[in-house]
Amino acid sequence: MAYSTFKGGIHPHKRKRFTREKPVEIYLPRRELIYPLSQHVGGASIPVVKPGERVLEGQLIAKASGDISACLHASVSGTILAVEPRMTLGGTLVPSIVLENDGRYERVPLPSPVPWQELEPGERIRKIQDAGIVGMGGRGFPTHIKLSVKNPKRIRYVIVNGCECEPYLTADYRRIVENPEWLVEGLRMVLSLFERAMGIFAVEDSQRDAITALQLASGKEKRMEVKVLETKYPQGSERMLVYACTGRRLHSSQQPSDAGCLVLNVETVCAIYRALAFGKPLTERIVTVTGKALAHPWNFRVRIGTCFAELVDAAGGFVKEPKKIVAGGPLMGMELTDLNVPVVKTSPALLCMTKDADSYFTPSACIRCGACAGACPVRLLPLKLMELAEQEQEEEFCRMNGMECIGCGSCTYVCPARRNLTQNIRGMRKSLLAKGIR
Amino acid sequence: MENGKRRLGSPHIRGPLSTARIMQCVLLALLPSAVFGAVNFGTRALLHMAASIVACVLTEFTYEAFTDQRLTVGDLSAVVTGLLLALSLPVGAPLWMGPLGGIFAILIVKMLFGGIGRNILNPALTAWCFLRIFFDGPMTNYACDAYSGATPLTGLLAGETSDPFPMLLGTTGGCIGETSAIAILAGGLLLLGLGIINLRIPAACFGTFTFLLIFFGGHGADEVYLVTQLCGGGMMLAVWFMATDYVTSPVTGSGQILYGILIGAAAGIIRILAREGIPEGIAYAVLLGNLMTPLIDKLTVPRPFAVKPRKVK
Repeated sequence: MAYSTFKGGIHPHKRKRFTREKPVEIYLPRRELIYPLSQHVGGASIPVVKPGERVLEGQLIAKASGDISACLHASVSGTILAVEPRMTLGGTLVPSIVLENDGRYERVPLPSPVPWQELEPGERIRKIQDAGIVGMGGRGFPTHIKLSVKNPKRIRYVIVNGCECEPYLTADYRRIVENPEWLVEGLRMVLSLFERAMGIFAVEDSQRDAITALQLASGKEKRMEVKVLETKYPQGSERMLVYACTGRRLHSSQQPSDAGCLVLNVETVCAIYRALAFGKPLTERIVTVTGKALAHPWNFRVRIGTCFAELVDAAGGFVKEPKKIVAGGPLMGMELTDLNVPVVKTSPALLCMTKDADSYFTPSACIRCGACAGACPVRLLPLKLMELAEQEQEEEFCRMNGMECIGCGSCTYVCPARRNLTQNIRGMRKSLLAKGIR
Repeated sequence: MENGKRRLGSPHIRGPLSTARIMQCVLLALLPSAVFGAVNFGTRALLHMAASIVACVLTEFTYEAFTDQRLTVGDLSAVVTGLLLALSLPVGAPLWMGPLGGIFAILIVKMLFGGIGRNILNPALTAWCFLRIFFDGPMTNYACDAYSGATPLTGLLAGETSDPFPMLLGTTGGCIGETSAIAILAGGLLLLGLGIINLRIPAACFGTFTFLLIFFGGHGADEVYLVTQLCGGGMMLAVWFMATDYVTSPVTGSGQILYGILIGAAAGIIRILAREGIPEGIAYAVLLGNLMTPLIDKLTVPRPFAVKPRKVK
């Protein structure tokens, strides 16, 4: 069966069987929790608590600094230990709030719920903003900014991104299978802001259970449909997803809203549901803890701020020596140098691999096979771009549309000469972006 | 997690296909032709193959050892070059011919241009042309114990017609690995099936060639004439295994089609115009295609996703 998709892409081993059938388990943190003040795109949050202060679960601990920013809430009750730079995912020190867990999980009393239908659209967006919701699938763009488009009537599609195209990850899959009605209600909430929009649940064809669950839950909804897409990487990438769902093409400097689309991750929609239905702020997310190195790979509902090291113990510890530990999926995730860093709003997984591709494979000369060009979802010529990046030919690099690269890593994955194409192109793009070239 | 390890960033996994694996697949695909050559022409064919492979590998090894480069013998590309060269030699040629061609292919055509991936021309094919030019006699002496006289194509070009079925099967005179079209086709289909090559180059090439011969060959759509033309002169081996060489063919899909058409057209024109002179014109056609590859690559840069065509300033 042919499902809609994009041209190019790769079919890596899925390796989802480790955690696919493992129901989400709540994990309660044992040690201190760390909240980096920038877990989102935009300005860092400003702490509103002082060391020594006692906070309750769900209490605001840092407020947004200006428009493009997000607030942060305590995910457990306890005492603020410090506000100091701490190590984060990217291997850099970021000012963070450190909270000692008292193990009592006392919640801030929730306001008596007002049915969300009775709120003004502006108020709905404000509630989402107050809940500290950011895009939980990718970079963490504040959701309230995404929803506050200038002309809501121009939005024709709200796409819920259920394409978990990276190998190993099952967090979104479990969310869809376990709470499809939350997602439907969450999407209904978002659709209420955009009167002319259609809601689309985009799911890959290999996720049969997820498709069925969503179809059953959204069956009666006139404004929603479940769109089955081909299982392929990077199907979940924003531009590829918009194209596969609507046939509209976006280039690198356009936003989905330019094509009348809005893309929200499954987990984000779930957070919107909880914020509007119960007034609950974003304090937890599903994290897939997986990989061959672990004894019992599992899906956990984890409080934001929990240390990754705790999750390793929760998954039964290491049975093999982990050669590489990655936060996120194997194709786009970030390598962890230290396990004592916190889970943030944008961490979908912890992956402990027993093989490190970087030291296992040695790059050799390009044999011009063209596999990279065939795999590139944006149809660039990675082999040429890498050559230009190595020679630092900036002008030619831009002329060959190097800045259009979405960094998906498909070219590096397919390269038989094991060349680090994405890595080199990414380096060049970074240095050009730093110079303000687009 | 030890320090000092290379950290390159994502992606953290790699696909299953490596350069060496690709070369293994090509060798596997050449196996039917090699086996058939050995059965058809006897042990001397095997000696040719062994000598030429050993020469190629040793040349690459020695060159890299002497110039302090990383050894790339393990990628098996030299073995492929050696085998391809041996398969395109007549069995009656002196045994030093393969090694001489092998040294030329690896040293001059490949290593001096910068090693694998940098050569402009296909090494095996260029070496064959080199031998053909300098050793005209032994390179066209197809007579051996099993068969004697002219090959079907030279016969055809001289005006005789012959039964094309021995050509399909391979029980005729000719080069070691080039006589059996079926064996080569089996290898080509294997490469297609394994995803190592795609149909663009062979289809464009054979399509253009056949088109030219039907309309300008003077025999119309005569099967015997066409089959002899398509299977003769090493056309099959050159198109399936040499024109599809990654290094010397264009990278993009449209470029590959253009390249295939160019080779097919050049081969057709040589066959039609140079009536008796050059039965193996396909070799020169592929070399011409190789030379055009950098230009074709420049002309066929794909337009990226959602990017509008650039206005010419």
